[in-house]
Parts: sequence; C-alpha cells; structure tokens
Amino acid sequence: MSSTLATQPPPGEQATPKFTARLHSPQLPRWVPWALLAGSVAVGLALHFMVGWGRALAIVVAWLGYMGLLVTVSGRVEGRRKAKDRLATWLVTTAFVLALLPLGSLLWQVVSNGLPAINAGFLNSSMRNVVGEGGGIFHALWGTLIVTALAALMSIPIGLATGIYLVEYGNGRMARWITFLVDVMTGIPSIVAGLFAYALFVIFFGEGVRMGFGGAVALSVLMIPLVVRSTEEMLKLVPNELREASYALGVPKWRTIIKVVLPTAIAGIITGITIAIARVIGETAPLLIICGSTDSVNFNPFDGRMMTLPVFIYSQYKNPGVPPEFGIERAWGAALVLTVIVMTLNLVARLISYYFSPKTKA
Amino acid sequence: MAKSIDVSDLNIFYGDFCAVEDVTIPIAARSVTAFIGPSGCGKSTFLRSLNRMHEVIPGARVEGKILIDGADLYDPEVDPVEVRRQIGMVFQRPNPFPTMSIAENVIAGMRLNSRKLKKAEAAEIVEGSLRRANLWTEVKDRLDKPGSSLSGGQQQRLCIARAIAVQPQVLLMDEPCSALDPISTTAIEDLIHELKEDYTIVIVTHNMQQAARVSATTAFFNLAGVGRPGQLIEYGPTTKIFTTPENESTEAYISGRFG
Repeated sequence: MSSTLATQPPPGEQATPKFTARLHSPQLPRWVPWALLAGSVAVGLALHFMVGWGRALAIVVAWLGYMGLLVTVSGRVEGRRKAKDRLATWLVTTAFVLALLPLGSLLWQVVSNGLPAINAGFLNSSMRNVVGEGGGIFHALWGTLIVTALAALMSIPIGLATGIYLVEYGNGRMARWITFLVDVMTGIPSIVAGLFAYALFVIFFGEGVRMGFGGAVALSVLMIPLVVRSTEEMLKLVPNELREASYALGVPKWRTIIKVVLPTAIAGIITGITIAIARVIGETAPLLIICGSTDSVNFNPFDGRMMTLPVFIYSQYKNPGVPPEFGIERAWGAALVLTVIVMTLNLVARLISYYFSPKTKA
Repeated sequence: MAKSIDVSDLNIFYGDFCAVEDVTIPIAARSVTAFIGPSGCGKSTFLRSLNRMHEVIPGARVEGKILIDGADLYDPEVDPVEVRRQIGMVFQRPNPFPTMSIAENVIAGMRLNSRKLKKAEAAEIVEGSLRRANLWTEVKDRLDKPGSSLSGGQQQRLCIARAIAVQPQVLLMDEPCSALDPISTTAIEDLIHELKEDYTIVIVTHNMQQAARVSATTAFFNLAGVGRPGQLIEYGPTTKIFTTPENESTEAYISGRFG
C-alpha cells in the first residue's frame, strides 16, 4: 500500500487510475474504536474481579491495551498515517485525563470533607471562646474579604497604569527596566512578600506589629506584577489600526487610550484582574506573618490581628484542639468556602469577558 | 473650506533610513490628486506626512516644508492633534471601532473628543455622513448594531463616513478601494467626485484606471533603486500623465511595461 511510489508501474499501465483509487483509502467504521474501548474495559474488569489484579493496575493495562489494539487495527486497515493520528489522539486524551485527575480528586476531597461542616452557625460565628465543637469562620471570612479587597484596591490602579505605560508610552531603557523588575516581582516567593510587609510596618509601628493592612500590602506585592502582565498582554492585542483611526480623527493620545484602547481590551483586563485576585486570595504565608492569627472578629484593617481563611485552615489543622475532629472538620469547611470563592471569581471573570468583549455578530 | 497644500524639498526619515527624498509638489484645493507608483516607493509614507500621522511610528521625522494654505505644517507650535482634526484620513484596511455601534462609529470623531451633541444633531450627522458615503440605505435599520458586523466594503464606507463626519478640509485616502469589490469601488469613486466640490482629496491607488477616473492631477512615485529612497518622478494633469508622460519610467509604469 505505502510502497506504491517505490514500485514502478509495469510499462503500458497508466498511473492515473491508481492515483484516483488512492483518494478513497479504507477507513475504520466509527463504531470500531468504541468497540475496542469496550473490549479493553471488559478485559480490565475481568483482570480486576476474576484474576484479582489491583484496580489501578487493571485500569492502566486496559488503557494501554486499548492503545495497542487501536493502533494495530488502524495500521492494518487505514495505513500508517491514520494509525499515527490515532496514537496522537490517544496520547492527548491520556494527558488530558492525567491533568484532570488531581483537580477532580481535589474537588471531591474538599466537597465531601467540607460540606458536613457548612451550616449557618459555621458561617456566622467566630472562634471566640470556642473549645471543641461549634465555632465558625465569620472572622476569617471577613478578614479575607477585607484584606483582599484592600490589596486589589492598591494593585489595580498601579498595575493598570504600569501596563498602560509599558504598551502605550514606554520605549527604551525605562520600559525595559520596568519589564525586568515586573518579571522579578512575579518570581518573589510569597513568604518574602510577607517579610517585606512586616519589615515595612515595623519601621512605623515597632516590633511585633500585626494588622490587616500589612497583609494587603504583602498581597499587592504579589498581585501587581500579575495585573501588569495581563494588562500589557491585552493592550498589545488591540490592533494599531484602531489607534491610528482615532488619531486620524484628531483625537489626542490620552483620549484614544481611555476611549478606544481600554474599552476594546477591557474584557481581557478585567478577566486578568479577577484571576489575579483569585490567585492571591489563597495566600497563607505572608498573612501568617503580618496579619497574625486570632479567634475574634476584627473589622479594622489598621489595628491588630486579623484572621483570614487560609490562616484559619492552617491553624485549625495545626491546633485542632481536643478532641481533634472538630478542628479538622472546621479546616475542611473553610477550605471548601475558600475554593467556592475562588471558583466564583473565575466564573465572574468568564461572564465579564463574555459580556464586555466587543461584539462582532449583529 | 478646502485648503491647498504646498510641499517643497520634503525628505522623510525612519530613524536613519531616508524613505522618501526630495518631494516638491503643489496640491490644489477642491480637486483630486492621485499618487501612483510601485509598492514600497513611499506613497503612503508621503501621504501620512501630510497630516502628521507618520509621527506615531517611533523614529519617524521629516525635513523640508509642507504649507497648508501658507501655514507651515511642521512649525514647532503646530499641534498634530489640531492638524488631524482638519486633515482626515481613510486607511487601506477598514478599521471601525469594534466597541461602537454603526451610528457611534460615524460620530466617533465628536464623541471621542467629548463634544456635546444634541440627539437630533447627532442623528442628522449620522444620516448625512452615511448618505454621502452611500451606506445609508443599507444600514438605516440597524444603526445600533456593532460596526464590525458589516461586510468589508460596508466597513470601508463606514470609515469614510466617519472621516467626513468631522468635516475635514482635506481628505487623505490610502488605497481606500484595495479591499473592495467593483460595485463598492464605484460607489466610493462617485463619493470622491461628489466630495471634491468641498474638499481637497489626495488618494493613493494601485489601480491606474481608478487614478484616471477620479483625479485631476496625478503624481508618479518610484524607487531610485533597491534600498534607496522613493522619489517623486513627475506630476501633472492626469490626462497628460496618462497620454504623454515626460519621463520614460512613468510611461513604462502606466503602460504595464514596468521592471
């Protein structure tokens, strides 16, 4: 089949009919891959239940067997190229499943362990004077919301302005340095950001300072480079023609940026900001250092310790109390709440990018 | 309302590279001037220097003089933003603002500059500009739909409507029909004929029939050689350029015997 080119056609025989014939290469019917998969699954089940192999081993063997069968059958019937295509499809599917397994497993763990802990009391009470059963995340939830909101309030204007500068105005040495420093900032370990915030606030308030605002500063150190990056990438996607069209109408540069460039890129920028918030909301180490840990509600970010959800999870796990079940359960519950917040933020980002992006359809 | 342009000894540079060399040409008011010539010979660059649009490219600068009704365009006191309000431009590729509706695109020149417009006034400008751009009948029932929902030819006419809505005194067109079908092209050429009553129009085109059809004056640009700057070879009344050009390369180009 594949050696058509190598063998010379006998003299007198025309090459054209052969070529037309090759336009119709044999194909596996659509049901064949599914049938092979079903067969492999059956073999896997048999190995597990009748031979007594372990579950994981049986799954792996069945999956590999499916690959072998499919590629062999396809190679016999369809030829080498199609067989390679099927192999590549199999590899991609495998990678996809491997990547999703941890996510699925994690979600399952968090939901199954955390759901029993969630009730009105859990969301509405702090840990003040709680030993053993009861208590909740009210103080930590508010702490997380306040600290993250403050961090976003500081990072968004700075990050947005930096991104605009880099794309619209920056050229030469200054812009290169800023880009370099932003890259360095992206790589700062979060604990270092916490130590930085602590060292900064020690200058003003002395040793042992703890306050929610310090946590917000630490988080914004982590968040600013993310906002800069996403703003930069989104602004770069705005076609230059739109800027030129605006200039040609006699619109000054700053108005062009505010009224043409930003609205065109706003969906992507807001998505990037939301994802940056989701990324820093789960930070533990810097908040442990500068916000500290407390059992009480504190709404004032400028005075005293402030509990946050990640720190709450950590402290409930580390000191669950006696008996330990209640502390561990509270940790899982808080983990579920935090996960839900992050997922909600990601969902909001998707909705925003759907509703704000320029419409092309009538 | 229209203004004449006088260009003398103009050199245009990108950094150290001289893109266009030694251009001297008068452009008459209320008439159509066409620039023809092979790709890369600096027609567009020269056109963009006429409303200081080439300045948005870093490193671009000019030497020489461009006088708009006697006033120096490159005087240090001249604000390029003000220049572009009076000298409009239509680009080769249609570029409507994707975030705006059809009507908003037409009045973008006022809206983006935060000029207050009464509703009736805005509607009047929208209808008038779209009518002149020969687009009104096609879009009058969907003015609030996004500008990017139109076809390529309609988008280009929308961009022309946008450019004439601010009532510039000069209109520069950089190959406005290169992406259009013959029907839209005819519509735009009709528009050019109509507009030349009020405006000074400069058009770059690769279509020589188009240059012959729409323009009163034609200027032929050519490269001095590979890697050398583009030059203005000759200009004159369109009929003369297309029948009895003085320069040999002009004749070669318009008769298709080029290169």
